[in-house]
Amino acid sequence: MADQSRTADMTPTAAADAPAPRRGVTMLLVVIGLVLLIAAPFYLYPVFVMTLLCFGLFAAAFNLLLGYTGLLSFGHATFFGGSAYFTAHAAKEWGWPPEFALILGVLGAIGLGLVMGAIAIRRQGIYFAMITLALSQMFFFACLQMPFTHGEDGIQSVPRGVLFGLIDLDQPLNMYFFVAAMFVFGLAAIWRIVNSPFGMILKAIRENEQRAVSLGYSVAQYKLAAFVMSAAFAGLAGGLKALVMEFATLTDVTWQMSGEVILMTLLGGIGTMAGPVVGAGVIIALQNRLATSDFPVTIITGLVFMVCVMLFRRGIIGELMESRLGRMLGLR
Amino acid sequence: MSDPVQTTEPRVVLSARGLGKDFSGFTAVNNVNLDVHHARIHALIGPNGAGKTTVFNLLTKFLPPTRGRITLLGTDITKMSPDVVARMGLVRSFQISAVFPHLTVLENVRVALQRPAELHIQFWRPMKSLEVLNGRAEVLLNDLGLMEYRDTRAADLSYGRKRVLEIATTLALDPEVLLLDEPMAGMGHEDVHMVSDIIREVAQHRAVLMVEHNLSVVADICHHVTVLQRGEILAEGDYETVASDPRVRTAYMGSDA
Repeated sequence: MADQSRTADMTPTAAADAPAPRRGVTMLLVVIGLVLLIAAPFYLYPVFVMTLLCFGLFAAAFNLLLGYTGLLSFGHATFFGGSAYFTAHAAKEWGWPPEFALILGVLGAIGLGLVMGAIAIRRQGIYFAMITLALSQMFFFACLQMPFTHGEDGIQSVPRGVLFGLIDLDQPLNMYFFVAAMFVFGLAAIWRIVNSPFGMILKAIRENEQRAVSLGYSVAQYKLAAFVMSAAFAGLAGGLKALVMEFATLTDVTWQMSGEVILMTLLGGIGTMAGPVVGAGVIIALQNRLATSDFPVTIITGLVFMVCVMLFRRGIIGELMESRLGRMLGLR
Repeated sequence: MSDPVQTTEPRVVLSARGLGKDFSGFTAVNNVNLDVHHARIHALIGPNGAGKTTVFNLLTKFLPPTRGRITLLGTDITKMSPDVVARMGLVRSFQISAVFPHLTVLENVRVALQRPAELHIQFWRPMKSLEVLNGRAEVLLNDLGLMEYRDTRAADLSYGRKRVLEIATTLALDPEVLLLDEPMAGMGHEDVHMVSDIIREVAQHRAVLMVEHNLSVVADICHHVTVLQRGEILAEGDYETVASDPRVRTAYMGSDA
């Protein structure tokens, strides 16, 4: 009894000590990230950074599902590319302002996510991945055939429009800060979901699904909710990309795009907040650098993937957090 | 009606009638009738492969029965899903220790508390909002001697403590009927004693059905024993009755005993 009261007295101080340095370091890193985000367009080509941010958000959305719920989707291009089409169509053909075009894109991604999720979550593991792949291929062929996507041509010269009727997004810096703001909003929202009561249940389901069921949780509903949330943020990223690039094409709904986002997430670090963004940065930078050379990009990304799987499975950020430096900073 | 003998007679909370399960032609469980009473500890014993865990999976709906009916607190649950049954108050533990390995001990217990506290779908609220549940979780941890491991990850606990944590998590739901699948397996001596005491304590307010191989524990704490063999009930009654049954001795010791 005496033993118990002693430990009970000790716990609060121990608990108060542990997270303090960690929180400080994390805040510092977040501030550095924000400063970089604000400074980037003055040193780098803005469209490149915006593309990077779109893919970073896409990978972070994917990671919400793979890293924090334990579901490997092989069909996330559907939400990314689908939303790009919806946003582009609304902005170009209907003349919608960008904010409404984006909302339509996200709602479309949510609808697609509901359908794909409701079918796929009935199975687990590799079967789940196969069903998402099959459904996303169906969506790809639908996009190829439907008139509004303009098939192989895609939707070209999409107007960026005027945000809230005030901000002209044709000005590169305006567009950049709009994309950056949506990126920060998306990451913050994903962070909140992961670190919420709901996120705790997702974690429990990932850790031991049977046990979660035996505690009375309707696991399927949580998985579907996480799937739809992931689809929504992937849709936000896709819609933004359509506005940035001023086009929406079949490339964004191919299975290669679904594979690319898996690669970005694994390379950067599954189950970490910064990992997918870093992974996306590396892949996009590689593609950008090699775009003008004759050397096929896929060989390089394939090699990068193999090295990642064989040498640092936790990904760049994951390994950094596990390293001595990461432990010293209290990141683990 | 107000006869004290009547009120102390424990009521049946979980019952199975003619329960059976076939796995592609092989009959794993056949014609099992079982009544689990409030405030009683009921043991399910039998040699390996007798179908004890299958019966558990059938009762908790983790497996759909091929035949028979299951009633929980007067409701037919034969066709319900396991999470619904759990919400009705029938909570089980697993044979292989079922904890959430990368969550802390406190978080493990809190996950169970989140559902009854309606704090499980709020994706917009901070993790801090769960701290209101810490008090109740800590009471359970204190009761089961896990308080000093409050912030340890479950994966880092010893095997015996993982099992205790699993019981703590199960108790957090305050279930009407508790199904424990070999709660003492792999435990040290002192832990067996502690867990026996815990089970005896919690069974004052609820029904307990447990699969257990440790027969001295069964003799010590169980009011009622059901012996399974090859998927069927071989014998039933209190421990003395069952232990002196020659068929049970044969089943356990071989045909010569």
